[in-house]
Amino acid sequence: MLGVVASVINGLLLGAVYGLAAIGLTLIFGVLKIINLTHGAMIALGMFALYFLVSATGVSPYLALPLVLAGGFVLGVAIYWLAVHRVIGRAELMSLLATFAVNMMVVGLGTAVWSTSPYNVQINVPGVSLGRYTISGTSIVAAVLAILFSLALYLFMYYTRPGKAIRAVASNREAAELMGIPSYRVLSIAFGLGIAIAGVAGALIATMYPFTILSGGGYELKSFVATVLGGLGNPAGALLGGLLLGLIQGAVSPFVAVSWTPVIEFSLFVIILIAFPMGLFRVGKGR
Amino acid sequence: MKRIALAALIFLGLALPGLGFAKDIAIGFTASETGKLNTDFTLQLAGIELWRDQVNAAGGVKVGQNKSKVKLVYYDDQSESNRVQQLYTRLISADKADFLFSPYSSGLAATAAIISEQYGKVMVTTGAAEGKTYTLGNKYLFQTYTPANLYLASAMDAVKAKDPGAKIALIYENDGFAKAVAAGAKAYAQKLGLSVVIDEAYDSSTTDFSPILNKVVTSGATVLLGGGHFADGSTLARQLHEQNLHLKMISLLVAPDAPKFAELGNAAAGVTVPSQWEAEAGYKPDFGPTVQQFAKDFEKKVHQTPGYHAAGGYAAGLLLQHAIEQAGSLDTDKVAAALNKLDATIFYGHVKFATAPEQHGLQMGHSMVLAQWQKNATGQLVKQIVWPIAASTVPLQYPIGK
Repeated sequence: MLGVVASVINGLLLGAVYGLAAIGLTLIFGVLKIINLTHGAMIALGMFALYFLVSATGVSPYLALPLVLAGGFVLGVAIYWLAVHRVIGRAELMSLLATFAVNMMVVGLGTAVWSTSPYNVQINVPGVSLGRYTISGTSIVAAVLAILFSLALYLFMYYTRPGKAIRAVASNREAAELMGIPSYRVLSIAFGLGIAIAGVAGALIATMYPFTILSGGGYELKSFVATVLGGLGNPAGALLGGLLLGLIQGAVSPFVAVSWTPVIEFSLFVIILIAFPMGLFRVGKGR
Repeated sequence: MKRIALAALIFLGLALPGLGFAKDIAIGFTASETGKLNTDFTLQLAGIELWRDQVNAAGGVKVGQNKSKVKLVYYDDQSESNRVQQLYTRLISADKADFLFSPYSSGLAATAAIISEQYGKVMVTTGAAEGKTYTLGNKYLFQTYTPANLYLASAMDAVKAKDPGAKIALIYENDGFAKAVAAGAKAYAQKLGLSVVIDEAYDSSTTDFSPILNKVVTSGATVLLGGGHFADGSTLARQLHEQNLHLKMISLLVAPDAPKFAELGNAAAGVTVPSQWEAEAGYKPDFGPTVQQFAKDFEKKVHQTPGYHAAGGYAAGLLLQHAIEQAGSLDTDKVAAALNKLDATIFYGHVKFATAPEQHGLQMGHSMVLAQWQKNATGQLVKQIVWPIAASTVPLQYPIGK
């Protein structure tokens, strides 16, 4: 029984990080109405950013997170103006291909520069014992930080002028423009913020597991699932979706071979989508 | 004048081969320069390239009366089998490779073997231990590695000797090689009377091992054997350390053989690895370099201590070179016949290929050792041979940390 509890706790801790990554994806969708296929590559870049910051300066990985956030924001804004801006409002396939192209460029460059050998961020956080089981210390810290970042984003969106402007543009872009909000600047800030969050989620994952430039792909998939579970464009729902995904993983894995976990996970995902087509946490809100 | 020039050209054309000028020997293979097998493969390629450089520096491979330089032709397979199929066809048809080396890993080598046999090309495999491929009636396939089903035999022997009551967890990557290793280990454990309390495979892309490690704790296992390749194995080792499972012994496939594994620090300490070769091995070679010479040359070129992937790469080249020299020809059947006859010891150990049709090319002569990462007097992590006792450089630490 204690094994099941430990497994569920592990699942929830990882789910919080999935949730943070999904917030980055859903924020961009909610505001820009595009599906950001650079998401996985940005998660991977966040991992590498943390690795190089820690290697170069010797600071604690956790203290380097604000720098990853700032770097991710700048990179996101740059990507917006270079690759996304011109396809805003065009056919969905255009933005899909534009972000996919950036993704391929980042992965290709990353492979050439850093190869695909795994990198490790050296970190030692004592775990917490639960009988014979141990909950990893890095997972606990990563989950707590993921929730704190999510909370900070909530405060930013609801209590600051740029945050309110993002919400206004997401809600009705034309009306926001009529109120004097420079919508393209707001879109670039929202895109930058989405990328920054993906980068921080990647950095948190790097504190737990070794990684390569290809590692973002798996987490991108998890982000999509968490986003859809929570309701597209709903950041709070994305966090809850991530936690639910982690909970399912943790609760299922003690009872079946681990190779069956994704099968059960995605079967439940399909069932949830049939029952709640707008996502579990968006009842009555969606179109 | 034109007639004189033509006659001179014809004369040169006829005379040059007799003067010792011969065409290069093209050896084709695919390289996991990117993708999940990159770390495992990189040192294997370094071993192959060291062999090529040394052979060419000595004038080339002796083919009859002439010497031919070695030319390596390879492309990145991205660690993907669909690329392997296309590229081996290209290596044979377009690049006119005379001989082939396998790609890295059992899965990719099995794909390449279909093409090499189809075109009747000798392929020496290295970094490909799964034995099944050699039971399919192939005629030109020759295995350098000890077959996968014997990989964990040394680890099991050590457990049996140290702790016959140990409870074993078999946790391994869900791929052909690791599954073949696990199946062989399970059968061997049964033979030794050891108890296997959990037997479970995980997906190659797994990064979060906590669900499976919780199961290991629940099972009451005291020894964990398994892993697969570098990416998953190094991640598993790190999480085994973080989750403090109190295991008495950990033996992982492939990953701990790479010098990069030591970057895990304390998570690497005590971890054992079944190894095809270690630099401390004391083989007396019938031909080719000594163990010490190979290790010294490799370190000089690559600035790393060679592990068994590097040694396997060099050995594949050396065995092919020896067979060509024995055959005195580049003819596929003559070289294959020379490989079939081979029964020799080189720096890599004893090598002999099975010749019976039902397992042709399977490695029969080579045996493995068990190595363990241990801290030396200065606290530095060093990989030592710990089993069998006759070949060991230090005693096995069992339980870990004692």
